[in-house]
Amino acid sequence: MRLGALVRKEFLQIVRDPSSIAIAFLMPLFLLALFGYGVSLDAERVPLALVAEAPSTDSAEFFAALGGSPSFAPRTMDSMVAAERALLQGEVDGIVRLRADFARASRDANGAPVQVLVNGIDTNTARLVQGYIEGAWSAWLAARAARDGGALAVPVDIAPRIWFNGELRSRNYLVPGLVAIIMTLIGALLTALVMAREWERGTMEALLVTPTSMSEVLLGKLAAYFVLGTGGMLLSVALAVWWFEVPLRGSFWVLWAAASLFLLAALGMGLTISTLARSQFVAGQVAILATFLPAFLLSGFMFDIGSMPPVVQALTHLVVARYFVAIVQTLFLAGDVWAVILPNAAALAAMAALFLGLTWRKSRKRLE
Amino acid sequence: MSGDAPVLEATGLCKSFVFGKRVTVALDAVDMRLVAGRVTGLIGPDGAGKTTLMRLAAGLLVPDAGEVRVLGRDATAESLAVQAELGYMPQRFGLYEDLTVAENLELYADLQGVPRATRAARYAELMRMTGLAPFTRRLAGRLSGGMKQKLGLACTLVRPPRLLLLDEPTVGVDPVSRRELWAIIDHLVASAGMSMLLATAYLDEAERCADVVLLHEGRVLARGAPRALSAAVAGRVWQVSAPGMAPRELQDALSRAPGVADALVQGEHVRVVTREAAPPTLAESPSLRADPVAPRFEDGFVDLLRQARSDLARDIDMGPPRHAVDADDTRAVIRVRGARRRFGTFWAVDGVDFSIARGEIFGLLGANGAGKTTLFRMLCGLLPASAGRLEVAGFDLRRASAVARARIGYMSQKFSLYGNLSVAQNLAFFAAAYGLHGAERAARIAWAESTFDLADSAAQLAGLLPLGYKQRLAMACALMHAPEILFLDEPTSGVDPLARREFWLRINALARRGVTVLVTTHFMEEAEYCDRVAILAAGRLLALDAPAALKARARNAALPEPSLEDAFIALIQAHEQRVAS
Amino acid sequence: MMWRRLLALVHKEFLALLKDPRSRTVLIVPPLMQLLVFGYAASFDLKDVPFAVYDEDGGAAARELVAHFAGAPAFRLVATLRDEQALRPLLDTRRALLVLRLGPRFGADLAAGQGARVQVIIDGRNSNTALLALNYVRGIVQRYNEDWLAARGRAGPPAHLATRAWFNPNLESRWFFVPGIIGMLTLVTAMLVTALSVAREREQGTFDQLLVTPLRPSEILLGKAIPGLLIGLAQASVVLLLATSWFRVPFLGGLGAFYLGLTLFLLSGVGVGLLISAMAATQQQGLLGAFLFMVPAVILSGFATPIANMPEAVQALTWLDPLRYFLVVLRKLFLEGADLALLLPQLWPMALIALGTLTLAAWLFRHRMY
Repeated sequence: MRLGALVRKEFLQIVRDPSSIAIAFLMPLFLLALFGYGVSLDAERVPLALVAEAPSTDSAEFFAALGGSPSFAPRTMDSMVAAERALLQGEVDGIVRLRADFARASRDANGAPVQVLVNGIDTNTARLVQGYIEGAWSAWLAARAARDGGALAVPVDIAPRIWFNGELRSRNYLVPGLVAIIMTLIGALLTALVMAREWERGTMEALLVTPTSMSEVLLGKLAAYFVLGTGGMLLSVALAVWWFEVPLRGSFWVLWAAASLFLLAALGMGLTISTLARSQFVAGQVAILATFLPAFLLSGFMFDIGSMPPVVQALTHLVVARYFVAIVQTLFLAGDVWAVILPNAAALAAMAALFLGLTWRKSRKRLE
Repeated sequence: MSGDAPVLEATGLCKSFVFGKRVTVALDAVDMRLVAGRVTGLIGPDGAGKTTLMRLAAGLLVPDAGEVRVLGRDATAESLAVQAELGYMPQRFGLYEDLTVAENLELYADLQGVPRATRAARYAELMRMTGLAPFTRRLAGRLSGGMKQKLGLACTLVRPPRLLLLDEPTVGVDPVSRRELWAIIDHLVASAGMSMLLATAYLDEAERCADVVLLHEGRVLARGAPRALSAAVAGRVWQVSAPGMAPRELQDALSRAPGVADALVQGEHVRVVTREAAPPTLAESPSLRADPVAPRFEDGFVDLLRQARSDLARDIDMGPPRHAVDADDTRAVIRVRGARRRFGTFWAVDGVDFSIARGEIFGLLGANGAGKTTLFRMLCGLLPASAGRLEVAGFDLRRASAVARARIGYMSQKFSLYGNLSVAQNLAFFAAAYGLHGAERAARIAWAESTFDLADSAAQLAGLLPLGYKQRLAMACALMHAPEILFLDEPTSGVDPLARREFWLRINALARRGVTVLVTTHFMEEAEYCDRVAILAAGRLLALDAPAALKARARNAALPEPSLEDAFIALIQAHEQRVAS
Repeated sequence: MMWRRLLALVHKEFLALLKDPRSRTVLIVPPLMQLLVFGYAASFDLKDVPFAVYDEDGGAAARELVAHFAGAPAFRLVATLRDEQALRPLLDTRRALLVLRLGPRFGADLAAGQGARVQVIIDGRNSNTALLALNYVRGIVQRYNEDWLAARGRAGPPAHLATRAWFNPNLESRWFFVPGIIGMLTLVTAMLVTALSVAREREQGTFDQLLVTPLRPSEILLGKAIPGLLIGLAQASVVLLLATSWFRVPFLGGLGAFYLGLTLFLLSGVGVGLLISAMAATQQQGLLGAFLFMVPAVILSGFATPIANMPEAVQALTWLDPLRYFLVVLRKLFLEGADLALLLPQLWPMALIALGTLTLAAWLFRHRMY
């Protein structure tokens, strides 16, 4: 009866105070829309400057191969000077230059050099541009070889087969990852302030002198915010599947179960912060420092964990989002791969147990 | 358990807290026993250890030494069992402000395990007792201060406890609600035989208790029936007046006179407690008239405290005013014409007119929610008026330049200082903020440190000062630039009676030098010190007169000698009846 | 007169911020730690990519190609497969990111000069990693091809790519991210110092106390903005030193331009922080506001993902983000050594944001009542 009363109280508070509803439902909507559109690594219609010092049919043919790709928005420029200025000012992301002797040299044994200039400041875009140009170049070679009677162009040719995400849509992996990041923020933000708020408003003291035990207070909060968080999670998943059209290949129920474990861990983290800090000011500061940037940079959502130095890799094990990112990316794109899901789920369960246990231990029924 | 066993018994109770490197002793070997079926008052200024004692009894803190037994159990070891039989209402009772009155009640009924069958009757009784029945569907956050306290009490009482601990239930509550709360308390003791421990800083409330325990700096100073305490000063209390001397002057002279333990303005008289059983005399006024009066609890309490502490300033010199002020100039310094202020669709202040003369002490009174805080903030220039004209020192403060603000001083209820800055740093900052510099700044800081006795604590953090010192520091900061007008918002709430006396001596000294003082308060005895008081209700001026005249108006057969509180309550109740009909 | 009052205010703010050792720690330690951790974590360079080989040919040519991979620092051979069944679980469980599959006729085709084909089966769950890994594969195969042709004295393709990257010849992604992290951390500090400062004074009642003194709102504003500015400048200087000495990111630009950009950025960040703080009635609201500004500001700044890839509407939103401009300034300064003229298009929007937010904040000090 007491637990029920506490859960009911939390719900009434949630309903009356629109800020928690806003955190649980509007935040995912706002952030997912913003991130879903804002965060994309797919360069489309990359502006490219094409400079042919002596235009010929050969150079036109090469440029046509570049122009045919949806990846580029090429612009032909007269001089290298103009193209370099455009590159420096960020108007184009790369320059493809065919020297005056292109037509002649392409019939030489050594072949003609195609000079490619990219702006290395944004290394990732530079790499992508480079890759796209290489792709166009191979296509051009193949077409030319086919026309010339199938003469050997390259000894070894690559035939890539991309599993799980055939078109390599970055949205397909970013959106599920975002669900994990956003739920980390929401889980922590929902609960990071609630315990501190009870202390500051004096309601905790009034609760403490009733026969209610601390675990009941904690469970009441956990249950209410768990339901709220699940609502936010379902909304995010629905957006991912129906709005951003990310395929969900795994089972929805497995996702549900994993998400529940993750929510417990995220809410537990918030409760721990809240219990240890006891003032809203400190709790809020810690919540910001401990959630957003670590989840953004260290969860494997954006940057490959395997490529980090061992010390940093070890640190990522402390980031709750890391485990869930691994689970959702697999569940959405690959399916129910138990070998990925089980160990990560176990880690989530351990984190949840750790945080909730810590909260429970630290919140005794005393004021000290 | 036999009938006369104590419901609460503390033996050798010690508790201290550590803030950084400082150790504060909250309770020092406290022994006390609470007799069943009575209201026991726990009396003492802020920081005396009242709350710590309550929390120890409720099992929320663990004592450093000694033990506290509640209803026959050790409150520390068996805290859950104790909590199941005890009711405790903390100072700021934890009402969930976004839950309605009924939902708050329901929650505490669930938590206390009140059987469903008995609930409806219990709720009805509590609502009738507290007068909250018409508001069951209102959010607790929308209730006035007094109603919140009554709801807090109702939640504590939802399962009738055998012992009720009330921690300052009447702080920040207007006199009308205060009376209603006391009516509930008396009813509970009389009808249900409940035992109560009630902490308060209001000394007039002590007289309503059957027993009192006086706490001072963590120690029990005295205990017993309140009458016994006032009996100690019997024959030493006088009502004094002198022809041709204003009460404030008389008080100032008397408090410096030898043999006088306490002097207090009370309407047109001065109440004096002497050290010996002989009437006070004053060299400069031979025609002094002193009538013996019955001692009050406060007289005895102050007398006791004076023996415990001797560090209080008695000779107050506030120094010369910085701006040349002609004390005979009686032109209005503050002028308010048709002031109105709206919040949404609600008019918090709805057409108020008055003016205040130079050197006047003007009190602003009203029930919770009557609009006095809004009016006060408008006068300080912190809130713009929706309509009407407010002039302070000849300027419209909202529009006026910084020059106008340089002529007012402001001291708020919370003694708003920078808690993590030291005393000296606070003084230096406010001096600079008021544009003082060089030798003048150094001189004013030196003046503040000596006048307010702050030199010894200059290096301490303001946040860790005892409350009385915080108040002194706040006043020093507000007076740094020797303002013409001083705004005081509940300036002495929670401060012990001696510090309050000292504070008013300073205010009187300032007023004599032509400083105009505007003060808001819930303390009716504080209102007695004012030259005139304005009583607000529902955003309008209900009365504006000298305290004596207000009391005279309330005089009738049933109340031949009404106090200012009686007068205030009569006015408010008459107003409410008019509104209702 | 005004300067003295202002000095007193600034002095007070510094005392309030730095007197408590805990808040001192919060301002100094996390930025340095975060630069270290994030500096290592934020990178699109791949290392030790786990790959497997399913070699149905087993000939010398095939073995040589595999050796090319195993020898590259970006790749690490984790398994050699004997049959096709083993392939799927390997990728499913992410034990290998990609599998090189050489068909039974690999060696024969190559020798016959018909062009041999190597199939690369890659896990596309993280499409960015997949794309990067494919690029690495291309590079290695290209080198193999060149070696193979050179060894046999055959003519290569009619054209080959000669790629050069300006400003970052090896395309080290750390050079891209570390300057970005400086901007991000500076923003966080500006928010930590300012976003709660007015709200905290409001809750404690000291803000009323300030408002009744002769201080003008503009003075209060400056008093609150200057400490944020100075702390931000000091912190960014330390972080800059760490970035160049520890991470060895080249800094080609002028320090004058750096500090000008930093000052403008800090003013706009402090302006947003103070605006949030002036609007918030409680610290909790201030915190939520800070959060709601900071997260999109970082995401939309182009820190990790190019602004050019965003839809038009979102791109328009980024014009309001001061971090967007500062990141460009930082990267151009570090790697390009750009001069002031080249940076001007980034500087004036920040000045404009600073002016707008600071003015609005000062107005709100007096006009926001509860």
